This record gives sequence, C-alpha cells and structure tokens, in this order.
Amino acid sequence: MNKKDIGLLVLILVVAGIVALINPRFLSLINLSNTANLIGLFGLFSIAEAFVIVTAGIELSVGSVIALLGVIFIDLIAVLGVPWPIAMGIVIVIGAFLGRINGFLVTKMGLQPFVVTLCGLLVYRGVARFYTNDATAGFTFGQSFPTLEWFIAGRSFGLPHSFIAFLLVAIIAWVVLHRSVYGRHLLAVGKNEKAAEFSGIKSDRIIIGAYIICGTLTAISAIYFAMYTRSISPSSHGSFYELYGIAACVLGGFSLRGGEGSIIGVVLGVILLQMLQNLVNLLGIPSSLNFAVMGTVILAGVLADQQFARYRERQQIANK
Amino acid sequence: MKKGGKLTLEFQDISKSYPGVLALDKVSLSVNSGEIVGIIGENGAGKSTLMKILGGLIGPSSGQIIVDDIIYKRLTIEQSFGSGIAFVHQELNVFDNLDVAGNILLGREIFSGKLRLLDNVAMQATVNPILKRLGANFVANSLASTLSLAEKQLMEIAKALSMDARLIIMDEPTSSLTASETNILLTIIGELKADGIGVVFISHRLNEIIDCADRVIALRDGQVVGHLAKAEISKESMIQMMVGRKLSAFSSASTTTVGGVMLEVKAIVTHVYPNESVDFNVNSGEIIGIAGLVGSGRSEFVQAIFGIDKKLNGEVFIDGELLKESNSSHSIAKGLYLVPEDRKDCGLILDFAIDENIALPDLKSVSQRGLINLISQQKKAEQQQKNLNIVSPSVATKTVNLSGGNQQKVVLGKWLAMQPKVMIFDEPTRGIDVGSKAEIYQIMRELSEQGVAIIMISSDMEEVITISDRIAVMRKGQISGILNRSEFSEENILTLAVE
Repeated sequence: MNKKDIGLLVLILVVAGIVALINPRFLSLINLSNTANLIGLFGLFSIAEAFVIVTAGIELSVGSVIALLGVIFIDLIAVLGVPWPIAMGIVIVIGAFLGRINGFLVTKMGLQPFVVTLCGLLVYRGVARFYTNDATAGFTFGQSFPTLEWFIAGRSFGLPHSFIAFLLVAIIAWVVLHRSVYGRHLLAVGKNEKAAEFSGIKSDRIIIGAYIICGTLTAISAIYFAMYTRSISPSSHGSFYELYGIAACVLGGFSLRGGEGSIIGVVLGVILLQMLQNLVNLLGIPSSLNFAVMGTVILAGVLADQQFARYRERQQIANK
Repeated sequence: MKKGGKLTLEFQDISKSYPGVLALDKVSLSVNSGEIVGIIGENGAGKSTLMKILGGLIGPSSGQIIVDDIIYKRLTIEQSFGSGIAFVHQELNVFDNLDVAGNILLGREIFSGKLRLLDNVAMQATVNPILKRLGANFVANSLASTLSLAEKQLMEIAKALSMDARLIIMDEPTSSLTASETNILLTIIGELKADGIGVVFISHRLNEIIDCADRVIALRDGQVVGHLAKAEISKESMIQMMVGRKLSAFSSASTTTVGGVMLEVKAIVTHVYPNESVDFNVNSGEIIGIAGLVGSGRSEFVQAIFGIDKKLNGEVFIDGELLKESNSSHSIAKGLYLVPEDRKDCGLILDFAIDENIALPDLKSVSQRGLINLISQQKKAEQQQKNLNIVSPSVATKTVNLSGGNQQKVVLGKWLAMQPKVMIFDEPTRGIDVGSKAEIYQIMRELSEQGVAIIMISSDMEEVITISDRIAVMRKGQISGILNRSEFSEENILTLAVE
C-alpha cells in the first residue's frame, strides 16, 4: 500500500466510525451485506475503467455497454432459451470485441479516447433501446434460473457473490498491473508512450489490450447488474456508471494523465463511494443530494491529496 | 526601471546553503557592460544556483549583490528584471502556436481600442527592428513553428533585447545548435558586446568560450576555483580548473582491431527526405561518427534503422541477417539498440525508478511466467549501477531526481544489461558534465573492444573527431562523404556538411 492508499483507508474508517456512531444500523448485517453487494457491482466496472485510465485514456461508454449487454443477456436466456453459461460466454465475447473496436480506433486510427467512447456512449445506448423497442427487458412471470441466480446473485459465507467476484477480479487485476510484465508495459506506455517505444514496447498492442480488458470486465459487470435488477429499462439502466468508475479511479489515485494508480486505491475508492451513498440514506439526508455529497467528497479528497503532495515536495526541497 | 545605459553587477561573498549542502560558498564575481564573461563548471558546481540568485528566484543565505551601486541583500524577480537582466535559457520556452511577435512580446502585448484588442501592426513594428538588428532571416509574423532551433534561440535573444536588457545571461545556448548555427550566435554575441551589453555565457563547449569570452570564471563544488584573463584561456587550462585534474580521455585514440561487417544498411529512405536513399556499413568493433547540421536527417536516419521512425524503403542487416520487421521491438531482439538524443522524453521514463528503467527493454530476464521478480530486477540494476558508476542512494530512486550524466548512464545501463551487437548513440553527451562525458567515452571504447559496432551522432565536432574511427557526414538526407582517421579535421567535416 502506498501513502495515498493508507490516507484513503483512514478516511474510510473515520467516515464509517462517524456514521456508525450516529446510526448503529450502519453496522447491521443486512446493511453491510447490501453495501457489499453494491460495492461488488460497482467495483467490477471501476476496475475495468482503471485499465483504460492508466493508459491516459478514458472510457465513457461503460454505462451504455452495461445496458446493451444486459438486454442482450436477458434476451438470450429468457426469450431465445440459450443455456445461461453459453449466454454469458457470448456476452463476454461481445464485451471484449467492443473493447477491441475502441482500442483499434484509439491506436490505429489515432482518435482521442474521449471522442471514441463518447460516440460509444451514444451508439450503444441507442442500440440497446432499439433492440427492445424501448421496452423494459425482463423475465416473464414464473420464469426462474435457480443455478444462475445463485451463482450471480447468491451468497456464500454471508458474502454476496458479486462482492466475492469483485475481490477475485481485484486480486487478479492487482497481480496483472503491479507484478506482471504486461502491467509494467501498461504503466510505461501510460506514463510516456514514446520512451516505451524506444524501449521496444509495442504500445499499440498494450493499449488495445487495456481496452479489451475493460470491455471484458464491463461485460461481466453487465451480467451481475442484469441479474441484480432482473429487469432492464434500456433508456436508464447503467446511466452515469462510467462516471462512478472514473470517480473511483480518481479517488484511488489514478491520474487521468496516465501511468499512475493502484488497484488497492480503486477498491478503496469504490468502497468510499458506496459508503457515501449509504450514508445519505442512513443519515436522512435528502436523496436528491446524493450526487452533491459524492462530488463534494471527491473534490475535497483530490484537493487534500494535492496539498499533501505539495507539502511533501516542499519538505523534499527544503531537505536538499 | 533602469534601461539602456551602462550596468555594473557585483556579487560579494555570496553563499547559499541548503540543509546538508553548501551550494555556493562565498562566491564573488563581477560583470561590466560590454564584456563577455564565460562561466564554466561541471554539473552541480553551482552555476544554476548562482543564476537563480541573479534572476531573483531565490535569495542567498549571506553576502550581497551590488547593481549600479545599490546594495541588495537579495534581488526580487522584479528588481532583477527592472535592472535590465535577461535570461536566454538552455531549454527554450517557445510557443509554436504563436508568431514571432507573439512570442517576443508575450505578457507585454500591445493593445488598442476600448476592447483592448491586440494591435498586430504595433507589435510587428516593435519587433521587426530588433530582428533586423540581429540579422535574423525571419520576421515578426513568421510562425514560431517554422523556425529552426537556432532561429528560436535568436528569437529568445531578440526577446531579451526587446526588454532593453543590459545584461544577458545565456545558459548553454548552443547545446542544440550545429557548428554553423553556433558561429552565427557567437557573432551576434560579439555584436551585443560592441553595443555595450554585458553577456554571461555558460557553456560546456569550451571552444565557444575560447572564441568569445573576455574572461572566464570556473566554479567547482560551489566555489570560485579560478579566473582566467583573455590571454590565459585555453582548453587545457579550463578543463584543469573544472575537474582539478588532467583528463586523458580527450586524447585517447582507438586501439581496437576492426572486424567484419556487423551492420549493413541498404537503400534506406526516410520520410523527411523521401527522394534520397542511404547505403551504409559499420564493422564489428568500429565506431562511426555521423556529423552534419541539424536538419540533415541524421536522427531520422538512425531512427529509421532502429524502426522507431517508419522508413519508406530499405533493408537493414545485422551480422548478415535481414531484419524482417521494422519496429523497435524486433531490432532490440536482434541486438540493435539506440540511445536517443532526448534522454528525458525518449531514453527514460522519468517517473520510473532506476531499476524499473533498466529492466524495461528486457523484462523477460527478470520474470517468470509473465510475473516480474522484483529482487532479480533490483539485482540486475545494482550490477549496472556498479559497472557504470551511477551515483544514487539506491536503484529505487526515481530517475527524475538524477543529474544529466547519471540519467544518461541509466539509459546506457538498459542496453549494457543485454547483449548489444550494434549500438547507436544520438548526441550521447549533450548537456553532460566533463567527468561523466569521459566515462561515457570509456564505455563506448570498451563496447567496441568487445566487437560491438557503434554509430555515434554528434554535433560536437571535437567529440566526433576524438572518438570516431571513421566519420560519415550527412547533408540533406544523404551521406555526402566518409572520412578516414587521417582525413579528420573540422574543415573537412564542415566542407562536406554545408553546401
């Protein structure tokens, strides 16, 4: 853990302590379990977003992709009768493919990630609505998939499966980003693409890889969301989720300039964001202020981090 | 604000201490109008601290500064600027998206009317006479992006003049200029002097100091270690003062026996000169210097060989084997390495630690099943740190905190940790202190003795002549001639380099 991660952890513990003191229900089993489920759901695509942000890119189509892949998944199993493991495979392959397209447009066509994924945000949302004729996609009455429901939305040892999946993904992502050759190349390309190429790194491949990882994880996240909500209204499902993801990354120490950030940071960032949502409910703050609370805390966090960095820099200079 | 007219500047016993370090130790010096003072010293000798005090960026810990008979404890930025002191920095601050007038008058734009719109006519009328005085071949409304490096440097000088500077501090102004561009600059400095402007000239290139300076002051470890009057200035005397010992590397000649052809380049065409093609051989154990003006296509040529700059045509053979792909990753796999000109932006990832940089091109050697072993990575780097004498508390230090010479050694360490067959050095000693330079030459010698074929691009004439076994001179994308050792001279090289 680096200093930023520790700072974030302390912040989480302080906020948790205060909320628990004001409203003991925060620590009730049911509340913790619900929050853990949401952390799992939002965490999956936040880690997806992290892989693109570390390349100095940005992925704005996450929410739309979650809507599109969600309606496709439900259509496959509920209407077309495709066995659910195959349906999952199909959805994940589509997710990876959409990521591949983004990666291609960014590297080979030289477009800016913001522009590419902004178009994705519009296109996939539109396609999702067209796919269902703007109707809500869901299961018909009495339809049930016990194994799938247990696998995706069930609990083991009191922990929601979404949360377990998130932890597994986080561990793998940590190893990939911080210990693997690919991860080192990713950080190098994100920090200084030109220097990376002078060291023989094929930056295009590395960046495309990041978008594929992002698409794949977004697809997995889409399946969890589909089974969590069980009905998807394609015009609103997943709206703004990309912004949650970006916010979690920024809180977790990722720089939008690329090449910086830790997976532990994103995990903590997701936890903090979900706790803030929970806090709004538990403390009786009007839920319309939800976003305002989130925005304020992120701004304060980033500002504090910046000030600490400056302070450390001054200390260093003074010690020279 | 005092402008025009004469200026006298005097530093008396200026010291600057940081916790644990005495950056300047009772430095006294003076500069008068119409005088060119050369300041020399290795990196870390205290030159930049001195300049920062002069510019008002930092205050001295003790001592006093006397400008025009007024005594200051420290100068503020406004006082420094107001006394007519101007800087021409080593790294140019040029806005490529503005025109020359916009650059020169940045922050001092001329407005007109109630809407305070830019008055381009007035701005050009202000700038053009200055450009004319400097003999510039560009005008106020030329776009900065169309200027060469030397012209940009000239623009910076014009900026200093536009502020009616009486003293101009030039910090390594020639580090990115070729020989002919440097000569133009030196002529202009001479003219400034004739106009009564004082010039402080900081340079690692001793020949330029010899050419222009009236006096030389040498700094070492924060102290003034010597003064030379005009008559005493010579390369030997300056080097001796800077390093405190005689350097042998400056007169070393090659003793290597040259082997068979290691690198063969056939009909390479680069995008900057699409109508020219280059054929070229380098033998095992040979050092080939590439001389030529900036813009002659030298860097593009070697980058095309390396596969960074996409070549339009041509073939590269290493040890008789054709490179099937033209990309840096394939070249590196075949033993062809490049030490780029711009070490901060291409050679290193500055935010990475020393060990992370050294391991970067060959992470396989420190990893198992795709996962990096941090201990192997550290050991690999520590070995290079020892071999290359990289001065740093540990290999976990970020390279951004190293001096130029040590940064360059880390770049070398990346490649020496592997098995080079062909090494290309693009301006390997630019902006590097004399001590590190000698070490880098020594490394090149050792590599050539091991049979590595070496290409070295350099704008430092003396360096090319001292180090090379053969010199290829480039002009407008072509090799205009190849000189053997017996034909080496600055005149011969220049004749081939210019039209």
